[in-house]
Amino acid sequence: MIEYLEILGQEVYKIIFLLVPILVSVAMIVWLDRRVWGLVQKRKGPNVVGPFGLFQTLADALKYIFKEIIIPASANKVVFILAPIITMTLALVAWAVIPMSEDLVLANINVGILYLFAISSLGVYGIIMGGWASNSKYPFLGAIRSAAQMVSYEVSIGIIIINVLLCVGSLNLNDIVIAQKELWYVIPLFPMFVIFFISSLAETNRPPFDLPEAEAELVAGYQTEYSGMMYAMFWLGEYANILLMCAMGSILFLGGWLPLMDIYPLNIIPAPIWMILKILFLFLLFALIKAIVPRYRYDQLMKLGWKIFLPFSLIYLVLTASFLFYFDKLPKVNI
Amino acid sequence: MIVHSIFFYFFSVIAIFSSLMVITSRSTINSVFFLILDFISVGCLFIMVGAEFLGMILLIVYVGAVAVLFLFVVMMLNVAEQKQSWFIGKKSTHIPTGLIVSTLILLELLVVVGGWKYKEDLMSSSTLLLSEISNTHQLGLVMYTDYILYFQLAGIVLLLAMIGAILLTFRERVGVKKQSYLNQISRDPSNAVELIEVKSNQGVKVDD
Repeated sequence: MIEYLEILGQEVYKIIFLLVPILVSVAMIVWLDRRVWGLVQKRKGPNVVGPFGLFQTLADALKYIFKEIIIPASANKVVFILAPIITMTLALVAWAVIPMSEDLVLANINVGILYLFAISSLGVYGIIMGGWASNSKYPFLGAIRSAAQMVSYEVSIGIIIINVLLCVGSLNLNDIVIAQKELWYVIPLFPMFVIFFISSLAETNRPPFDLPEAEAELVAGYQTEYSGMMYAMFWLGEYANILLMCAMGSILFLGGWLPLMDIYPLNIIPAPIWMILKILFLFLLFALIKAIVPRYRYDQLMKLGWKIFLPFSLIYLVLTASFLFYFDKLPKVNI
Repeated sequence: MIVHSIFFYFFSVIAIFSSLMVITSRSTINSVFFLILDFISVGCLFIMVGAEFLGMILLIVYVGAVAVLFLFVVMMLNVAEQKQSWFIGKKSTHIPTGLIVSTLILLELLVVVGGWKYKEDLMSSSTLLLSEISNTHQLGLVMYTDYILYFQLAGIVLLLAMIGAILLTFRERVGVKKQSYLNQISRDPSNAVELIEVKSNQGVKVDD
């Protein structure tokens, strides 16, 4: 029994060393997002608190903690409180399988990519529960919209993942990264990378697909009734999800923790730094898109998901499979 | 092994408790939430016996898609406060049907589990017995070799169901303006702008 407790202690220690950097980087990423947004619009963005305004998010978080949490009288209290907790938990739990280098990973499981996909498809519950439990029209409309949007774009993300898996022959995230040693999948599967990126914008409710919280129509969507720390949890969960999507994109297409090229000055940089650089690169694209693209209309969003992305990724899947089969490049599985 | 059985009992107690709550809870929304909890704990049980692929697929398909639709329907129909009359009040018409279905399922389970327990060669496929390859590979090996016909037939049945559902709910609405990207892009100034000389007291009729 003592042995198990020891193992448990080690795991808790590892988990804390995973969670704290993620929470800190979420805070930094919020700052980066606002900063990029400001620079695109020729403003300065947050630059007062701390050096370059780096502590702005911490100040915001402190403000949220001390604000009063208001629960509407007609709300379903249990579900109302549960919703932000679920969003935050799911966003953090998924990080357990993300490999930062060959052996720097909390759980190197065989079905890593399925786990990521499952967790990201559970993310819709936080939103739909929050919207319904508020017992108010705008949050409910926002939740319904969001659920439809996330379920739709998951389908095409799933097919894109199948595309990558066909080339790899394994569901393990480390195997997916190692299979890209010769060539990152962003080159042969470039159209899939573009579709994955756009779908992950929709999946995380980022502009131009932030219809669940379109302030012109729905006040603030599913978050309308939330205040104080509960709102902050939704907000942090959303950004942790965005980071997760960036990590997923860099593992599937940009070669994860592999260096840019396996030559001398590049391959002495440690693997986690490469991973972080790739996540940051994708996040900068996210932030730039938020600043420069106007919001989609809802029917256009659905049309894009079902009538353009889904058929296109299916056709590309058939193409990939035929190519791999014809040139005898299908991955050999050693059983 | 102790930890293994602790986890097993933890998940199975949650699974049984939540499946009981699904049928006894008064609010429909809570039923759906307990159904989700049930799916998740059954998925965890799958993962514990080494069937990680099945567990993850259960999470993705049932929790990620099917239960979302359940939740959707329950919320949209606004039946959240409907009282279920079990033994009080009016007689429910669902109970006889439910009893018949559950008896059938119990019989099926008895046949399958009993047969598997007492007849060793019921599992005809030999690939399943190789235990050193991972669960996902095993499933793939069996599904695309021994059972390829059933796999394809299941796919066709699902496709037919999808087409049927679309046909049933499809209706052509008249008088709705639709956006056509092709028409918008292929407009050019020569036929988009028209110069009309308006006669006085007559006006212009603009087609809409």
